[in-house]
Amino acid sequence: MSEQHASEHEHGLKFYWLVLFALLILTWVTYGAALIDFGHPWSDLVALAIAVTKATLVVSFFMHVKGATSMIKMSAVGGFFWLLIFFAFVLADVLTRPGMRDFF
Amino acid sequence: MSTQEFAFTPYPDLPKSHYLNVAYGLKSWLFTTDHKRIGILYLLSITFFFALGGLYATAIRLELLTPAGDMVQPDTYNRLFTMHGILMVFFFLVPSIPAVLGNFLLPLMIGAKDVAFPRLNLASWYMYMFGAGFTMYALFMGGVDTGWTFYTPFSSTYSNSYVAAVAVGIFINGFSSIFTGINFMVTIHRMRAPGMTWSRLPLFVWSHYATSLIMVLGTPVLAITIVLLAMERVFKLGFFDPALGGDPVLFQHLFWFYSHPAVYIMILPSMGVISEIIAAFSRKPIFGYKFVAFASMGIAILGFLVWGHHLFVSSQSLYAGLIFSILSMLVAVPSAVKVFNWTATLYKGSIEYSTPMFYALGFIGLFTIGGLTGLMLATIGIDVHVHDTYFVVAHFHYIMVGGALMGYLGGLHYWWPKITGRMYPGFWSHLSALIIFLGFNLTFFPQFVLGYLGMPRRYHSYPEEFQILHILSTAGASILAVGYIIPLVYFIWSLKYGEVAGDNPWDAVGLEWQTTSPPSLHNFDEIPVVDFEPYDYVEHEPVERPYRYSRSEA
Ligand SMILES: [Cu+2]
Repeated sequence: MSEQHASEHEHGLKFYWLVLFALLILTWVTYGAALIDFGHPWSDLVALAIAVTKATLVVSFFMHVKGATSMIKMSAVGGFFWLLIFFAFVLADVLTRPGMRDFF
Repeated sequence: MSTQEFAFTPYPDLPKSHYLNVAYGLKSWLFTTDHKRIGILYLLSITFFFALGGLYATAIRLELLTPAGDMVQPDTYNRLFTMHGILMVFFFLVPSIPAVLGNFLLPLMIGAKDVAFPRLNLASWYMYMFGAGFTMYALFMGGVDTGWTFYTPFSSTYSNSYVAAVAVGIFINGFSSIFTGINFMVTIHRMRAPGMTWSRLPLFVWSHYATSLIMVLGTPVLAITIVLLAMERVFKLGFFDPALGGDPVLFQHLFWFYSHPAVYIMILPSMGVISEIIAAFSRKPIFGYKFVAFASMGIAILGFLVWGHHLFVSSQSLYAGLIFSILSMLVAVPSAVKVFNWTATLYKGSIEYSTPMFYALGFIGLFTIGGLTGLMLATIGIDVHVHDTYFVVAHFHYIMVGGALMGYLGGLHYWWPKITGRMYPGFWSHLSALIIFLGFNLTFFPQFVLGYLGMPRRYHSYPEEFQILHILSTAGASILAVGYIIPLVYFIWSLKYGEVAGDNPWDAVGLEWQTTSPPSLHNFDEIPVVDFEPYDYVEHEPVERPYRYSRSEA
């Protein structure tokens, strides 16, 4: 527990403003990337990559998962694993529908 | 019963100070952080919504008495079954056992003074009431006609009913579930009394741990789905409507990702209750304790991998359908482990047919029927034929009413003396349990036949040859209603006139029976130390009941 407190004190208020600033910049990058056509499927992948970066920032710093106990880290990973389950099964449906072969 | 028994029975008194008499007045309830009082708040609220949902069911059954749609307009009928489903699922079944019995008993069972976050616990009740308020508003304005499943694009584009208000209601109500789930998980991890190891946890606690896992992992998905639905409806953002570039089947994926596991939110706590009752009234340790505990976890996790069995005829790909079909059948394994272990516990036990035991035995039979018909529905070849027929309606009522509700009532009867300190009348409680069992089967068994013959669900008129089965079903529903009203009367009656039950009226093991009935404000005078295994009943030991109720039963 003491480690957790120590890491919280390491970051001052300024640090969180910086993270927020980074998030706002990335929001503009999302917008900018949406205007450029990278072609299929790259447009989607670029947008997703930016989104994942933003989510990582929020989870690590705003939600204090970085420097948290391993129990909390495990719970966070568990949540994303569950998201992965959802994506995997929905793709198992969508990608195997008749007619999807032409999509690739 | 003879006067002699009166003379011989020692009458214990209620304890001088308990959680009900430490403070009086509305404020002492609305601002309480006592897990026991919050359980009571939930008990009152969900009873109200159960009654309201029951009224809708009554209207549905009355309309279906005749083949012609002569009682209500088709559109009204859509609203009737939708509101019935929404009220019963989100405002009764999901909170029923966890929020009432779980809140009351979980800290008692693990030897804690309260849950880990008492104020969050109170907040969960307010979230529930707040969400219920929105839903009631929609209800008074005319209700919703989408079915409780809110399938798009009807719900997001075409429906002229109060979809957004109910969506907000269910969204808010979801947080009450999440709060409860988080609270239970942290409580079980951090608040166990010395010696209360994981392998000594009562199975009621294990099943609530598994339930909490589903609540925490699943409910946010429902919340997001409902937000997406509302955004499409209000702002015309295309998620689900093909006209806007969306995919309606995506909604079904998202919805059932929560709503199938939600069935286990309803049934797992019920299974926990049944394990407690079966052990207590067979006077035996649960057969295969570890298997029953792990089966709960298995159901919780596997339950997340099967939702596509609701999409067999929704243009889901055949490949995905096959996977979901196989995985759905796998859930039967841990469920069957439980049923077989309960039966093995009964074997050669000193069985006592108390009222809770009536419900537990009823549960085993009805849950088995509900589960096996679930396997039939998981088979694509059968599902294509009976999808959206009364066969499905009958199947899930066997699970949700025959399973979850029987468990809730059984648990309420088992722990009522602990909650109130008083006993209800034995004759009436046995009678109503029997009436409920008979009424339930008469209501829902004909619906299996109806569905198999091709009667679709959600229709208010039907061909004449189905009428006899519908009449049977409506007759059963009337009997069922009587069965529900009797406990309502004698539970209220018992608060004042019931026999004083004593601390351990069933002579059961478990920490909740080692404190007073009703428990004191902080549950235990001193935190208990656990040095015994769960369910260490001494087999074949004759039971001495200290109060009149069971003697006159015997
Ligand atoms: Cu399902």
